[in-house]
Parts: sequence; structure tokens; C-alpha cells
Amino acid sequence: MVQELARGISAHGRSRSYKRRGIHFLKKKNNGEFPKHEKKQKTEEAPSKAPKFYPADDVKKPLKRKAVKKPTKLRASIQPGTVLILLAGRFKGKRCVFLRQQESGLLLVTGPFKVNGVPLKRVNQAYVIATSTLIDISKVDVSKFDDTYFKSTEKVEKKKSEDGFFNAQADEKKKELSPEYVENQKKVDAALLTALKPELKGYLSARFSLKKNDRPHLMAF
Amino acid sequence: MGGERIRLYVPGSIMGYKRGKSNQTNHTSLIQIDGVASKPETTFYLGKRIAYIYKAKTEKKGSKYRVIWGKVTRAHGNIGAVRAKFRKNLPPISLGGRVRVMLYPSNI
Repeated sequence: MVQELARGISAHGRSRSYKRRGIHFLKKKNNGEFPKHEKKQKTEEAPSKAPKFYPADDVKKPLKRKAVKKPTKLRASIQPGTVLILLAGRFKGKRCVFLRQQESGLLLVTGPFKVNGVPLKRVNQAYVIATSTLIDISKVDVSKFDDTYFKSTEKVEKKKSEDGFFNAQADEKKKELSPEYVENQKKVDAALLTALKPELKGYLSARFSLKKNDRPHLMAF
Repeated sequence: MGGERIRLYVPGSIMGYKRGKSNQTNHTSLIQIDGVASKPETTFYLGKRIAYIYKAKTEKKGSKYRVIWGKVTRAHGNIGAVRAKFRKNLPPISLGGRVRVMLYPSNI
């Protein structure tokens, strides 16, 4: 980099700068002259007509947004097939298999359901510990489970009348899983179970817990 | 399952508030996490959520237990103590009490 004595004043003189920039090489390539490029012709814009309609009030234009949303960066320790320990929620302590990262950044995970009751579900990376155990899941097809698959059905608007109130309470209790979901779970489970060794089945069905004298900051997972 | 107890937190004790000799800053509490005995060991716990759990007489949302959530902000001193900030400042009755340092948000 050119040394600067002050802003805009380089340490090297004119001839030194010329040599350093290699302009003589450019001139050599171009028959002794500095290469010139033709100026781009400005295409004449069609004369714009005055608009017919002006809004009555000043309409504020929203600012342009150039930010691109990307899914959360996946930790290096989490690979497809890694066994993860869930840290919070209904299935805390359960060991489950990581399948893939969704477009939203959440991790698609399953027990398998047959082994430990964890269904196909999405989990946030921050609520998971990645172990070093890897399972070969090349035979499991999870491409069709994306974020829209997990979107909850819209809740029916509660009526404010008395009858509506009592009915709504009764409806809320039963949320039956559609048979499609059960089928999908079975398919994924079947594909996964072939890849699991018997010791791993026992491992996945056991829950993780910290014991006395366990120091998580010293543990290797 | 049959009631097996799953512990996914590290217990800690509330040592007091951040303070000098005669003034204390109540918005920051000092926590001693069990098993952490030096400053380099605390880096694992930075940012982890902490729960201060206490009992109350009236039942709210189906439980008589209540929580104040907070997080580990930074190390405090060289012996493994840690500073924590809670959503609401910890009440003075909590001094000497127990706190649960969760393992999330996890970075392993």
C-alpha cells in the first residue's frame, strides 16, 4: 500500500508513483499511448408526460429494503444425522436425530417417534446440544417437510356468545393429528430404523440428565 | 417415564448484588455457579438463561411457583462468579438463595 504522509499526499513522488503503478506497461501494450475507451452514448430518454393524477396528500414511500433474509448459520457440530439433545420444551432431555435445516433456520428433527416419542418437529438451534454421534441418514427422504408442512391450521374465531363459548372449550380439548402426518412419521421412522444399530436405539430412548458432579463446561458431548 | 428427574440446568447461588463497600447496584446480581471455580470456566455460561424460582401463596396460571428470568451477562472476579441481570431485579429475600442456570441458548 502506498504510504501516505497526510491525506492525499503520498510518500512517493510523481515518477516513483508512475513506475509503481506500471503505467508504462499499459502503454507498451497499447502502442505507446494510454488506452482510451469510447464514452458510452447516452440514450435519449423519451420525454415524460406530466402525470394525469396527483394524489391529494403526500404519499410516503416506504424505504427500500435491501436486507436479504438467510437461515441461521448452522453450527459446525450439527450435521445431518447428528444426535441432538433437546434442552427445553416438552421433550427436554430427549435425544433425537437431526434431519435437515429448514428455510426458516429451524432444525427438522425426529426421535424417531417409535423409539422415544419425539415426532417430526422443528427446533431452534439454540435449544439443542449437538453430540458427536452421527447416524447415516442418506436413505431418509425429508425433502417434502418444509416450514409450510408445520404451519398450524388457523384457529376458528371464538364467538362471543354464551353457546359459542362452551362449544369452543369442548373443541379445544381434542386436536387430532391428521392421518397424513401419522403416515409420514411412519415412513421416516421406518427408513431411520434400518440405519440404527440396536445400541443406538437404547441410546436414543434414554433421556439425558445432568448428574451430581457433572460440569457441563467441562463435558464433551 | 415414571417420574425420573431430568436436570438440564446447573444450580447456582445468589451471592448478592453488584456493589462497592457502601453502595449496591440492584439491577445486577452476583451468582456463584456450582462447579465453576475460575474465570476461564465461566465463558461457557455467558449468555445462558437463569431462572430464580420462588413460591407464592396465590396460585397463578395453575402453579404456586413463580419465576424471574434473567441471563448471565459476564464474569465477576477471578474465582468463577458471574454477573446476571434479571427481567425484574431480584428481591432482597433471594440473597443466599438458589438459582437455575439453564444450558440454553446453547453453542455446543
